[in-house]
Amino acid sequence: MRLERRSQIPPSMLLAAPVAAMVVALALSGGLIALAGVNPLSAYGEMLRGAFGSRLSISETLTRATPLMLTGLAAAVAFRARLWNIGAEGQLYAGALAAAWIGHHYAPALPPALAIPLIMASAMVAGALLLLGPVILRLRLGVDEVVTTLLLNFIVLLFVSMMIEGPMKDPLAFGWPQSVPVERDVMLPKLMERTRLHIGLAIAVVAALLIALLQARTVFGMATRAAGLNARAAAFAGVPLATTLLAVACLSGAMAGLAGAIEVTGLKGYVTLDLSPGYGYSGIVVAMLAGLNPLGVVLTSLFVAIVFVGADGMSRALGVPSFIADVIVSISLLTMLVALLFTSYRVRR
Amino acid sequence: MTEAFEIFFTASLWGAVLRIATPLIFGTLGALICERAGVLNLGIEGIMTMGAMVAWMTVYQGGDLWTGLLVAALCGGLFGLLHAILTVPLALSQHVTGLGITLFASSLTYYVYRLSLPVSSTPPTIEPFQPLSIPGLSDLPFVGEALFSQTAPTYLAIAAILLVAYGMARTPLGLAVRMTGENPHAVEAQGLDPIRIRIGAVVCGSALMALGGAFLTTATFNSFFPTMVQGRGWVCIALVVFASWRPGKALLGALLFALFDAYQLRLQHVVEGGIPYQLFLMVPYVLSIAALIAMSRRAKVPQALMAPYRKGER
Repeated sequence: MRLERRSQIPPSMLLAAPVAAMVVALALSGGLIALAGVNPLSAYGEMLRGAFGSRLSISETLTRATPLMLTGLAAAVAFRARLWNIGAEGQLYAGALAAAWIGHHYAPALPPALAIPLIMASAMVAGALLLLGPVILRLRLGVDEVVTTLLLNFIVLLFVSMMIEGPMKDPLAFGWPQSVPVERDVMLPKLMERTRLHIGLAIAVVAALLIALLQARTVFGMATRAAGLNARAAAFAGVPLATTLLAVACLSGAMAGLAGAIEVTGLKGYVTLDLSPGYGYSGIVVAMLAGLNPLGVVLTSLFVAIVFVGADGMSRALGVPSFIADVIVSISLLTMLVALLFTSYRVRR
Repeated sequence: MTEAFEIFFTASLWGAVLRIATPLIFGTLGALICERAGVLNLGIEGIMTMGAMVAWMTVYQGGDLWTGLLVAALCGGLFGLLHAILTVPLALSQHVTGLGITLFASSLTYYVYRLSLPVSSTPPTIEPFQPLSIPGLSDLPFVGEALFSQTAPTYLAIAAILLVAYGMARTPLGLAVRMTGENPHAVEAQGLDPIRIRIGAVVCGSALMALGGAFLTTATFNSFFPTMVQGRGWVCIALVVFASWRPGKALLGALLFALFDAYQLRLQHVVEGGIPYQLFLMVPYVLSIAALIAMSRRAKVPQALMAPYRKGER
């Protein structure tokens, strides 16, 4: 038995791959749910109810999808150019910290129409700067960016902890480690009354559309794809590899930083150490499930959000630990990798 | 200032160095074996987390401490097999697959842990490995406490790294593993199967990684809690680069690294004047990045690392 590359990939398979991957992942996780003494089908039913059962749960699912969409874009943009940015978690926190800083110290002096874009921009710069370091190390010294971005996540989290217990500590928080709050006026407007859903969702969808346009219709998009498919051939054809990778890094880091700013100004209003339950890492799964397609990211971030919000509800109703959500999401990453393999290869005897 | 210097003359510092180094030695050795055969195993963080939980759970359910380590190694090998099947015969991206293994292994670990035990504010504990007392040596002043008051798995880790160093350099099997990481086509030409060698190396390496995690719950601490591995796996990946893929240097690197870590822990209590403790905690991660930068030009990367091997394809 051996694998043989397909000469052309049928488009139907490209669509079928993520669906098959999700179904297989749900089937495998079903075994683990059964281990908890719960019928997997009724568990998945409860999950759907938890994610869609009411107006409130739908709004929660969409709220949860928002940061995932942005970290998913961060990973999709970078991975397309074979830039392995695993640091979206750290970049998200860097963006959140920048947003809280600007939102607290400078926003009161500005009208909200000016302050909100300033907050978003500063968070994007913070995220981008954080990724530029590892990328420059890779370009200059050949240091693997996977390990450096991973290690930076831990450093940033400790830095956040230092800031919110030190210079940015909220004196009115009764000793809880949380940052100073952003100005009330710069909190993002709600999309639905009496829910937590805010216009961050619209911002994320627009970002996905813009990136899709950028990748499909510009020279930069072409250069990104070329760099990812075959760096040597791209360099031979005159693609400026270093500048392309630096630009990709800025875009990717900016998306993750934006996710942080949107979480701060959309939901809590301040930074804590549990701002992100691993959105940076889940973003990688979102991007892979979407086959690194920015528009696909919009859909797959919804899938991951449904799993997370649904699992919370299911856990409350049936007592299955909500960690099952992380299991489903991580298995679907592995099944998606295998599914993608079979779209471009076929098995021959 | 003198106080900060005097720390180096306390036996407890040197005792702590070996204790802190042990999980790093296991993890670095495991990652090194995988990479020498040409496979990057980023599943390490998850495999260590899983090893920590499985070993602890085995002992908590009434098993022997050594049985706990054995079960952890077996489970580590199993996840290694999954990583190997996906990256070697199926030739998937080693970066993404490794991360997938880490996410899968750690989430499965938390799920199984939560499923087996009810939520409680204080995690349940086990009776961990006790320091071995070696007649004669352990009673020596200073040296006894610094070097000969360790738990049994620490000595096992040092023995393992010496054994692998010898095996890699001097045995036919070691040569075959190294050659698979440098030039799998040459291995094929010698009538050996590079695919099998890679799978074997990843399984063995992953078992060692799991032992590193298991040490945390059966010797360093006596309970399991999520996020307890704290990036040690990623540190090990950096240490392999620092060691230029050589077991002897890996031992040195792990010890050096543990020395810094043990020292900063003690320095925290000595230094006054409001330096945030988080800065001290950053030291291991900053050091890892510094090590990667320092070795970037000199590192002798296995030539076929991360290059998938397909029979008959060049």
